[in-house]
Amino acid sequence: MQIEKNAMAGTLESSDALVTVEPGEGGVELELSSSVMNQYGRQIRATVLETLDRLGVTQGRVTVVDKGALDCTIKARVECAVLRSCGKSDAGVPWGGVIK
Amino acid sequence: MIKRPKPERFRLRRTMMFMNAQKPGLIKDAYIYGCDSIMLDLEDAVAENQKDAARFSLYHALTTIDYGSTEVIVRINGLDTPHWQEDIRVCVAGGADGIRIAKCESAQDVKTVEAHVEAAEREFGVEVGRTLLMAALESPKGILNAYEICSASDRLFGVAISGGDFRKCMQTKFDPSGVDMLAARGHMLMAARAAGVQCFDTVFTDLDDAEGFEAEVRQNKAMGFDGKSLINPKQIRLVHEVFAPTAKEVAQAEAMVSAFREAAAAGIGVFTVNGKMVDVAFIPGAERTLRLAKACGMYEGDLV
Repeated sequence: MQIEKNAMAGTLESSDALVTVEPGEGGVELELSSSVMNQYGRQIRATVLETLDRLGVTQGRVTVVDKGALDCTIKARVECAVLRSCGKSDAGVPWGGVIK
Repeated sequence: MIKRPKPERFRLRRTMMFMNAQKPGLIKDAYIYGCDSIMLDLEDAVAENQKDAARFSLYHALTTIDYGSTEVIVRINGLDTPHWQEDIRVCVAGGADGIRIAKCESAQDVKTVEAHVEAAEREFGVEVGRTLLMAALESPKGILNAYEICSASDRLFGVAISGGDFRKCMQTKFDPSGVDMLAARGHMLMAARAAGVQCFDTVFTDLDDAEGFEAEVRQNKAMGFDGKSLINPKQIRLVHEVFAPTAKEVAQAEAMVSAFREAAAAGIGVFTVNGKMVDVAFIPGAERTLRLAKACGMYEGDLV
Protein backbone atom coordinates (compact mmCIF):
# COMPACT_ATOMS: atom_id res chain seq x y z
CA MET A 1 0.00 0.00 0.00
CA GLN A 2 1.15 3.58 -0.64
CA ILE A 3 0.53 6.87 1.13
CA GLU A 4 -2.37 8.44 -0.72
CA LYS A 5 -3.00 11.60 1.24
CA ASN A 6 -1.70 13.39 4.32
CA ALA A 7 -2.56 11.63 7.56
CA MET A 8 -1.52 11.61 11.22
CA ALA A 9 -1.71 9.26 14.20
CA GLY A 10 -0.60 9.45 17.82
CA THR A 11 -0.03 12.23 20.33
CA LEU A 12 2.80 14.16 21.96
CA GLU A 13 2.11 12.62 25.38
CA SER A 14 4.84 10.80 27.26
CA SER A 15 5.35 7.19 26.03
CA ASP A 16 3.62 8.04 22.74
CA ALA A 17 4.71 9.24 19.31
CA LEU A 18 3.12 11.49 16.71
CA VAL A 19 3.46 10.14 13.18
CA THR A 20 2.67 12.21 10.07
CA VAL A 21 2.68 10.76 6.56
CA GLU A 22 2.56 12.65 3.26
CA PRO A 23 2.59 11.39 -0.32
CA GLY A 24 5.90 11.79 -2.14
CA GLU A 25 8.04 10.39 -4.94
CA GLY A 26 11.44 8.78 -5.17
CA GLY A 27 11.72 6.70 -2.04
CA VAL A 28 10.87 7.09 1.63
CA GLU A 29 12.05 10.22 3.37
CA LEU A 30 12.04 9.82 7.17
CA GLU A 31 12.43 12.67 9.60
CA LEU A 32 12.78 11.56 13.21
CA SER A 33 13.06 13.50 16.42
CA SER A 34 12.97 11.85 19.81
CA SER A 35 13.28 12.70 23.48
CA VAL A 36 15.56 9.66 23.70
CA MET A 37 17.40 10.21 20.39
CA ASN A 38 20.88 9.46 21.72
CA GLN A 39 19.93 6.15 23.31
CA TYR A 40 17.27 4.79 20.94
CA GLY A 41 17.36 6.88 17.73
CA ARG A 42 18.73 4.08 15.57
CA GLN A 43 16.33 1.49 17.01
CA ILE A 44 13.30 3.74 16.42
CA ARG A 45 14.40 4.54 12.88
CA ALA A 46 14.81 0.81 12.16
CA THR A 47 11.33 0.05 13.60
CA VAL A 48 9.69 2.78 11.48
CA LEU A 49 11.41 1.68 8.27
CA GLU A 50 10.67 -1.99 8.93
CA THR A 51 6.97 -1.19 9.52
CA LEU A 52 6.75 0.90 6.32
CA ASP A 53 8.43 -1.92 4.43
CA ARG A 54 5.97 -4.48 5.81
CA LEU A 55 3.08 -2.26 4.69
CA GLY A 56 4.62 -2.01 1.20
CA VAL A 57 5.20 1.75 1.42
CA THR A 58 8.05 2.61 -0.97
CA GLN A 59 7.65 6.35 -1.26
CA GLY A 60 6.48 9.34 0.72
CA ARG A 61 7.48 11.61 3.52
CA VAL A 62 7.21 10.34 7.09
CA THR A 63 7.72 12.48 10.19
CA VAL A 64 7.98 10.91 13.63
CA VAL A 65 8.08 12.93 16.85
CA ASP A 66 8.83 10.38 19.56
CA LYS A 67 8.20 10.93 23.26
CA GLY A 68 9.73 7.73 24.56
CA ALA A 69 7.29 5.26 22.97
CA LEU A 70 7.85 1.51 23.10
CA ASP A 71 8.47 -0.26 19.79
CA CYS A 72 4.92 -1.62 19.80
CA THR A 73 3.54 1.92 20.08
CA ILE A 74 5.75 3.20 17.24
CA LYS A 75 4.47 0.38 15.03
CA ALA A 76 0.84 1.06 16.00
CA ARG A 77 1.13 4.77 15.18
CA VAL A 78 2.94 4.25 11.84
CA GLU A 79 0.43 1.60 10.73
CA CYS A 80 -2.53 3.73 11.75
CA ALA A 81 -1.19 6.80 9.92
CA VAL A 82 -0.51 4.85 6.70
CA LEU A 83 -3.89 3.08 6.74
CA ARG A 84 -5.63 6.38 7.47
CA SER A 85 -3.89 7.88 4.43
CA CYS A 86 -5.52 5.16 2.31
CA GLY A 87 -8.90 5.32 4.08
CA LYS A 88 -8.44 1.73 5.31
CA SER A 89 -8.04 2.20 9.06
CA ASP A 90 -11.67 1.76 10.12
CA ALA A 91 -12.73 -1.69 8.93
CA GLY A 92 -11.37 -4.92 7.49
CA VAL A 93 -7.88 -4.24 8.85
CA PRO A 94 -5.51 -7.16 8.11
CA TRP A 95 -4.72 -7.96 11.77
CA GLY A 96 -1.94 -10.53 11.93
CA GLY A 97 -1.31 -10.06 8.18
CA VAL A 98 0.69 -6.94 7.34
CA ILE A 99 -0.33 -5.59 10.73
CA LYS A 100 1.81 -7.55 13.18
CA MET B 1 3.86 -12.71 19.67
CA ILE B 2 2.77 -13.41 23.25
CA LYS B 3 0.52 -16.46 23.39
CA ARG B 4 -1.85 -16.10 26.30
CA PRO B 5 -3.06 -19.26 28.05
CA LYS B 6 -6.64 -20.37 27.36
CA PRO B 7 -8.97 -18.11 29.39
CA GLU B 8 -10.78 -19.66 32.35
CA ARG B 9 -14.50 -18.95 32.41
CA PHE B 10 -14.76 -18.94 36.18
CA ARG B 11 -11.72 -17.47 37.87
CA LEU B 12 -11.11 -14.95 40.61
CA ARG B 13 -12.22 -11.49 39.49
CA ARG B 14 -12.31 -9.25 42.55
CA THR B 15 -10.91 -6.24 40.72
CA MET B 16 -11.33 -5.25 37.07
CA MET B 17 -9.50 -2.03 36.27
CA PHE B 18 -10.43 0.16 33.30
CA MET B 19 -7.67 1.62 31.11
CA ASN B 20 -7.89 3.68 27.95
CA ALA B 21 -6.59 1.47 25.12
CA GLN B 22 -5.52 4.60 23.23
CA LYS B 23 -2.99 5.65 25.92
CA PRO B 24 0.34 3.82 25.55
CA GLY B 25 1.65 5.21 28.84
CA LEU B 26 -1.17 3.45 30.72
CA ILE B 27 -1.44 0.10 29.05
CA LYS B 28 2.25 -0.73 28.86
CA ASP B 29 2.58 -1.56 32.54
CA ALA B 30 -0.98 -2.24 33.63
CA TYR B 31 -0.10 -5.67 35.04
CA ILE B 32 2.16 -4.32 37.80
CA TYR B 33 -0.77 -3.10 39.87
CA GLY B 34 -1.94 -6.59 40.77
CA CYS B 35 -5.61 -6.32 39.82
CA ASP B 36 -7.23 -9.61 38.78
CA SER B 37 -8.38 -8.30 35.39
CA ILE B 38 -7.62 -5.26 33.30
CA MET B 39 -10.26 -3.83 31.04
CA LEU B 40 -8.79 -2.12 28.01
CA ASP B 41 -11.37 0.38 26.86
CA LEU B 42 -12.27 1.07 23.24
CA GLU B 43 -15.58 2.68 24.21
CA ASP B 44 -16.18 5.84 26.25
CA ALA B 45 -12.54 6.63 27.09
CA VAL B 46 -11.63 6.82 23.40
CA ALA B 47 -12.66 9.90 21.41
CA GLU B 48 -14.89 9.23 18.41
CA ASN B 49 -12.16 10.18 15.89
CA GLN B 50 -9.53 7.96 17.56
CA LYS B 51 -11.42 4.64 17.52
CA ASP B 52 -9.20 3.31 14.72
CA ALA B 53 -5.95 4.40 16.40
CA ALA B 54 -7.02 2.76 19.66
CA ARG B 55 -7.40 -0.59 17.86
CA PHE B 56 -3.84 -0.49 16.47
CA SER B 57 -2.55 0.38 19.91
CA LEU B 58 -4.64 -2.41 21.46
CA TYR B 59 -3.51 -5.01 18.91
CA HIS B 60 0.16 -4.39 19.58
CA ALA B 61 -0.33 -4.24 23.34
CA LEU B 62 -2.13 -7.60 23.27
CA THR B 63 0.48 -9.27 21.10
CA THR B 64 3.63 -7.71 22.60
CA ILE B 65 3.10 -7.05 26.29
CA ASP B 66 3.20 -10.01 28.67
CA TYR B 67 0.38 -9.41 31.15
CA GLY B 68 1.22 -12.64 32.96
CA SER B 69 -1.70 -14.06 34.93
CA THR B 70 -3.67 -10.79 34.84
CA GLU B 71 -6.78 -11.35 32.78
CA VAL B 72 -7.16 -9.05 29.76
CA ILE B 73 -10.70 -8.01 28.85
CA VAL B 74 -11.59 -5.43 26.20
CA ARG B 75 -14.64 -3.18 26.40
CA ILE B 76 -15.99 -2.79 22.89
CA ASN B 77 -18.25 -0.07 21.52
CA GLY B 78 -22.03 -0.46 21.71
CA LEU B 79 -24.02 -2.36 19.08
CA ASP B 80 -25.63 0.95 18.05
CA THR B 81 -22.28 2.32 16.81
CA PRO B 82 -20.32 1.69 13.57
CA HIS B 83 -17.31 0.43 15.57
CA TRP B 84 -18.18 -2.82 17.34
CA GLN B 85 -17.58 -5.25 14.48
CA GLU B 86 -14.01 -4.12 13.89
CA ASP B 87 -13.55 -4.01 17.68
CA ILE B 88 -14.43 -7.72 17.84
CA ARG B 89 -12.03 -8.58 14.99
CA VAL B 90 -9.09 -6.89 16.69
CA CYS B 91 -9.87 -8.43 20.10
CA VAL B 92 -9.97 -11.94 18.69
CA ALA B 93 -6.95 -11.46 16.39
CA GLY B 94 -4.91 -10.06 19.28
CA GLY B 95 -5.93 -12.90 21.60
CA ALA B 96 -7.84 -10.96 24.29
CA ASP B 97 -9.20 -13.21 27.03
CA GLY B 98 -12.66 -11.72 26.87
CA ILE B 99 -14.94 -9.01 25.53
CA ARG B 100 -17.20 -6.77 27.58
CA ILE B 101 -20.40 -5.92 25.74
CA ALA B 102 -21.36 -2.34 26.49
CA LYS B 103 -25.03 -1.33 26.96
CA CYS B 104 -26.32 -4.90 26.73
CA GLU B 105 -30.12 -5.06 26.83
CA SER B 106 -31.14 -8.54 25.72
CA ALA B 107 -30.05 -12.13 25.14
CA GLN B 108 -30.10 -11.27 21.43
CA ASP B 109 -27.33 -8.67 21.96
CA VAL B 110 -25.15 -11.39 23.50
CA LYS B 111 -25.93 -13.80 20.67
CA THR B 112 -25.14 -11.16 18.04
CA VAL B 113 -21.73 -10.53 19.58
CA GLU B 114 -21.14 -14.25 20.00
CA ALA B 115 -21.81 -14.89 16.30
CA HIS B 116 -19.31 -12.22 15.29
CA VAL B 117 -16.75 -13.49 17.78
CA GLU B 118 -17.06 -16.99 16.36
CA ALA B 119 -16.68 -15.67 12.80
CA ALA B 120 -13.54 -13.79 13.88
CA GLU B 121 -12.14 -16.89 15.59
CA ARG B 122 -12.50 -18.75 12.30
CA GLU B 123 -11.03 -15.84 10.31
CA PHE B 124 -7.92 -15.58 12.49
CA GLY B 125 -7.41 -19.28 13.23
CA VAL B 126 -8.21 -18.94 16.93
CA GLU B 127 -9.75 -21.95 18.74
CA VAL B 128 -13.54 -21.59 18.48
CA GLY B 129 -14.96 -20.87 21.93
CA ARG B 130 -11.75 -19.42 23.35
CA THR B 131 -12.90 -15.82 23.68
CA LEU B 132 -15.06 -15.18 26.75
CA LEU B 133 -17.85 -12.64 27.05
CA MET B 134 -19.28 -10.47 29.79
CA ALA B 135 -22.17 -8.05 29.59
CA ALA B 136 -22.53 -4.58 31.04
CA LEU B 137 -26.08 -3.73 32.04
CA GLU B 138 -26.53 0.00 31.82
CA SER B 139 -30.28 0.58 31.54
CA PRO B 140 -33.45 -0.48 33.35
CA LYS B 141 -34.25 -2.69 30.36
CA GLY B 142 -30.88 -4.41 30.65
CA ILE B 143 -31.41 -5.01 34.36
CA LEU B 144 -34.94 -6.38 33.84
CA ASN B 145 -33.59 -8.76 31.18
CA ALA B 146 -30.65 -9.80 33.36
CA TYR B 147 -31.61 -13.46 33.62
CA GLU B 148 -31.99 -14.03 29.87
CA ILE B 149 -28.71 -12.15 29.32
CA CYS B 150 -26.91 -14.24 31.97
CA SER B 151 -28.15 -17.47 30.35
CA ALA B 152 -27.53 -16.44 26.73
CA SER B 153 -24.14 -18.04 26.06
CA ASP B 154 -21.68 -20.62 27.37
CA ARG B 155 -18.97 -18.02 26.80
CA LEU B 156 -20.54 -15.53 29.19
CA PHE B 157 -18.81 -15.48 32.56
CA GLY B 158 -20.65 -12.62 34.21
CA VAL B 159 -22.54 -9.34 34.21
CA ALA B 160 -21.69 -5.91 35.57
CA ILE B 161 -23.90 -2.96 36.33
CA SER B 162 -22.77 0.36 34.98
CA GLY B 163 -23.77 3.09 37.41
CA GLY B 164 -23.35 6.25 35.34
CA ASP B 165 -25.76 5.33 32.57
CA PHE B 166 -28.13 3.48 34.87
CA ARG B 167 -28.58 6.40 37.27
CA LYS B 168 -29.10 8.70 34.28
CA CYS B 169 -31.92 6.47 32.99
CA MET B 170 -33.48 6.29 36.45
CA GLN B 171 -33.26 10.07 36.92
CA THR B 172 -31.40 9.59 40.19
CA LYS B 173 -27.88 10.23 41.38
CA PHE B 174 -25.26 8.59 43.57
CA ASP B 175 -26.40 8.13 47.15
CA PRO B 176 -23.91 7.07 49.85
CA SER B 177 -26.39 4.51 51.21
CA GLY B 178 -26.59 2.73 47.85
CA VAL B 179 -30.39 3.12 47.83
CA ASP B 180 -30.26 4.62 44.32
CA MET B 181 -29.23 1.26 42.86
CA LEU B 182 -30.27 -1.18 45.56
CA ALA B 183 -33.07 -2.83 43.61
CA ALA B 184 -31.02 -3.03 40.41
CA ARG B 185 -28.01 -4.52 42.15
CA GLY B 186 -30.19 -7.04 43.97
CA HIS B 187 -32.07 -8.04 40.84
CA MET B 188 -28.90 -8.46 38.80
CA LEU B 189 -27.25 -10.51 41.57
CA MET B 190 -30.21 -12.88 41.76
CA ALA B 191 -30.27 -13.30 37.98
CA ALA B 192 -26.54 -13.99 37.87
CA ARG B 193 -26.72 -16.56 40.67
CA ALA B 194 -29.76 -18.21 39.11
CA ALA B 195 -27.86 -18.56 35.84
CA GLY B 196 -24.62 -19.59 37.56
CA VAL B 197 -22.47 -16.68 36.38
CA GLN B 198 -20.48 -13.99 38.17
CA CYS B 199 -21.65 -10.49 39.08
CA PHE B 200 -19.66 -7.25 39.33
CA ASP B 201 -20.46 -3.83 40.72
CA THR B 202 -19.93 -0.48 39.06
CA VAL B 203 -17.02 1.95 39.46
CA PHE B 204 -16.73 4.42 42.34
CA THR B 205 -15.68 7.67 40.71
CA ASP B 206 -14.82 10.03 43.58
CA LEU B 207 -11.16 9.17 44.23
CA ASP B 208 -10.95 11.62 47.15
CA ASP B 209 -13.80 9.98 49.10
CA ALA B 210 -11.99 7.05 50.72
CA GLU B 211 -14.70 6.48 53.32
CA GLY B 212 -17.47 6.40 50.75
CA PHE B 213 -15.48 3.97 48.64
CA GLU B 214 -14.90 1.61 51.56
CA ALA B 215 -18.57 1.70 52.53
CA GLU B 216 -19.59 0.81 48.98
CA VAL B 217 -17.08 -2.04 48.72
CA ARG B 218 -18.29 -3.47 52.06
CA GLN B 219 -21.87 -3.28 50.85
CA ASN B 220 -20.85 -5.01 47.59
CA LYS B 221 -19.30 -7.85 49.57
CA ALA B 222 -22.32 -8.11 51.88
CA MET B 223 -24.68 -8.27 48.88
CA GLY B 224 -22.73 -11.11 47.29
CA PHE B 225 -20.84 -9.50 44.41
CA ASP B 226 -17.79 -11.32 43.00
CA GLY B 227 -15.90 -8.11 42.40
CA LYS B 228 -15.90 -4.50 41.32
CA SER B 229 -14.86 -2.37 38.37
CA LEU B 230 -12.19 0.19 39.23
CA ILE B 231 -10.84 3.35 37.64
CA ASN B 232 -7.59 3.79 39.56
CA PRO B 233 -4.88 1.44 40.84
CA LYS B 234 -5.11 2.93 44.32
CA GLN B 235 -8.55 1.32 44.68
CA ILE B 236 -7.26 -2.23 44.23
CA ARG B 237 -5.84 -2.97 47.66
CA LEU B 238 -8.97 -2.15 49.63
CA VAL B 239 -11.18 -4.35 47.45
CA HIS B 240 -8.79 -7.27 47.86
CA GLU B 241 -8.75 -6.74 51.62
CA VAL B 242 -12.52 -6.51 51.94
CA PHE B 243 -13.15 -9.50 49.69
CA ALA B 244 -10.61 -11.71 51.46
CA PRO B 245 -12.06 -14.14 54.01
CA THR B 246 -10.98 -13.72 57.65
CA ALA B 247 -8.55 -16.21 59.19
CA LYS B 248 -11.42 -17.50 61.34
CA GLU B 249 -13.64 -18.05 58.30
CA VAL B 250 -10.85 -19.96 56.56
CA ALA B 251 -10.25 -22.18 59.59
CA GLN B 252 -13.98 -22.87 59.96
CA ALA B 253 -14.35 -23.64 56.25
CA GLU B 254 -11.41 -26.01 56.34
CA ALA B 255 -12.79 -27.82 59.37
CA MET B 256 -16.24 -28.06 57.77
CA VAL B 257 -15.03 -29.44 54.46
CA SER B 258 -12.69 -32.01 55.96
CA ALA B 259 -15.26 -33.12 58.57
CA PHE B 260 -17.95 -33.36 55.88
CA ARG B 261 -15.79 -35.60 53.72
CA GLU B 262 -15.08 -37.92 56.64
CA ALA B 263 -18.72 -37.95 57.75
CA ALA B 264 -20.00 -38.61 54.24
CA ALA B 265 -17.63 -41.55 53.91
CA ALA B 266 -19.00 -42.88 57.21
CA GLY B 267 -22.62 -42.42 56.06
CA ILE B 268 -23.41 -39.42 58.30
CA GLY B 269 -25.43 -36.54 56.80
CA VAL B 270 -25.59 -33.87 59.48
CA PHE B 271 -23.14 -33.20 62.30
CA THR B 272 -21.52 -30.29 64.19
CA VAL B 273 -18.18 -28.50 63.80
CA ASN B 274 -17.11 -26.20 66.66
CA GLY B 275 -20.68 -26.20 67.91
CA LYS B 276 -22.22 -25.26 64.54
CA MET B 277 -24.56 -27.52 62.62
CA VAL B 278 -23.19 -28.59 59.22
CA ASP B 279 -24.84 -30.48 56.39
CA VAL B 280 -24.30 -30.74 52.66
CA ALA B 281 -25.86 -27.30 52.02
CA PHE B 282 -22.94 -25.52 53.71
CA ILE B 283 -20.22 -27.24 51.72
CA PRO B 284 -20.19 -25.31 48.40
CA GLY B 285 -19.89 -22.04 50.36
CA ALA B 286 -17.07 -23.42 52.48
CA GLU B 287 -15.25 -24.68 49.40
CA ARG B 288 -15.64 -21.27 47.81
CA THR B 289 -14.12 -19.63 50.90
CA LEU B 290 -11.15 -21.99 50.64
CA ARG B 291 -10.64 -21.25 46.94
CA LEU B 292 -10.74 -17.52 47.65
CA ALA B 293 -8.36 -18.00 50.59
CA LYS B 294 -5.99 -19.90 48.33
CA ALA B 295 -6.04 -17.09 45.78
CA CYS B 296 -5.34 -14.58 48.57
CA GLY B 297 -2.41 -16.65 49.82
CA MET B 298 -4.20 -17.54 53.08
CA TYR B 299 -4.66 -21.26 52.51
CA GLU B 300 -2.19 -23.81 51.21
CA GLY B 301 -4.01 -27.08 51.88
CA ASP B 302 -5.30 -29.51 49.28
CA LEU B 303 -9.05 -29.58 50.00
CA VAL B 304 -9.70 -27.39 46.95
